[in-house]
Amino acid sequence: MMKRDECFRILARHVTDEIVIASYSSAVEWDELGARTRNYFSVGAMGLASSHGLGLALGRPAQRVLVLDGDGSLLMNLGSLVTIGAAAPGNLVHFVCHNGTYEANGSHPLPNPDVDFSALARAAGYAAVHDFADIAAFTQQIGHVLAQAGPVFATLKVERSRALTYDYPRLYAAKKRVALKAALRQP
Amino acid sequence: MDAITDQARAELHGSAILDAIKAAAVEFILSVPDIVTSAGLLRPISRDPALRLVRVCKEDECVGIASGLSYYDKRALILIQYTGFLDSLNAIRAVAVEYEQPICMMIGLLGHEPERLPTQSGRYGVRIIEPILDAMGIAHELVSTDADVHKIKPAIDKAYAQSLPVALLIGRRPKPSE
Repeated sequence: MMKRDECFRILARHVTDEIVIASYSSAVEWDELGARTRNYFSVGAMGLASSHGLGLALGRPAQRVLVLDGDGSLLMNLGSLVTIGAAAPGNLVHFVCHNGTYEANGSHPLPNPDVDFSALARAAGYAAVHDFADIAAFTQQIGHVLAQAGPVFATLKVERSRALTYDYPRLYAAKKRVALKAALRQP
Repeated sequence: MDAITDQARAELHGSAILDAIKAAAVEFILSVPDIVTSAGLLRPISRDPALRLVRVCKEDECVGIASGLSYYDKRALILIQYTGFLDSLNAIRAVAVEYEQPICMMIGLLGHEPERLPTQSGRYGVRIIEPILDAMGIAHELVSTDADVHKIKPAIDKAYAQSLPVALLIGRRPKPSE
């Protein structure tokens, strides 16, 4: 089992101009690593991070897009795995942080905390699928994961690290969407 | 012949709608099949190399995909049935309305009687669509005959110019090309 914030610190060392879409607890911990114009948290409705990611990936195939999904979120939009598998964007890497709970809503358990997201992604047609539960393996392989032709899926088996503060008005501020749009208007 | 009979006998051609969609510079069609628009619209779209059709599993996915595409000024049209619109209300509420994203929806009114206004339909599900759109502050246009097709391009252009959602309600099955 890994700590999500530790995974993200390691992931951040490899991120340059990628668009990073994150939801709820993942958004909070990714945002704590520093403000980036190409961070996108305004997914609007629980589960839609992967769909926003698909749109951002299809719209510009040369732009790498990373999705930091939650397990409860992905369960609300499992069909998006099939949609992404069929649309097959080569520039999309989809992570799910799997801690088995609805962390942002009181840490109640998922209906099945042990659901195998990687198996679902593999069956849905992702080009490459990974499972990480060990920080050393994640550290060693994350560069390879990010460089693969997508759509790539990776389950990050994490445990809750600490209580988070969810400042949604700041995460979802309209000025962030305006800044992202301005940045992406320059190919 | 009275106006209601005229309306009942009028026609709506899928090719005319398709021309209007292309004239509005739409590149992506995001869809769950809808029997209202299946033969006259979705089928020809699926064969048209000028449009990228993304088949989704559930209608609210379309809202996220269209929003993502809009960051590059890529235009998308969501082609769904009114039941899928109803199922997607929370996504539309958040992304389209509160975040003011240009989400353009073409919604088939399954079971609508073309001789009536949608608000006077015998179908409860059809009857409530325009009041829901009004309550959410979403602009909408009814496209029931070829004479209504001219509304499509300006509605999509306006949605992208002002970064706001719009709903184009398809009031009868568009005829496929011969």
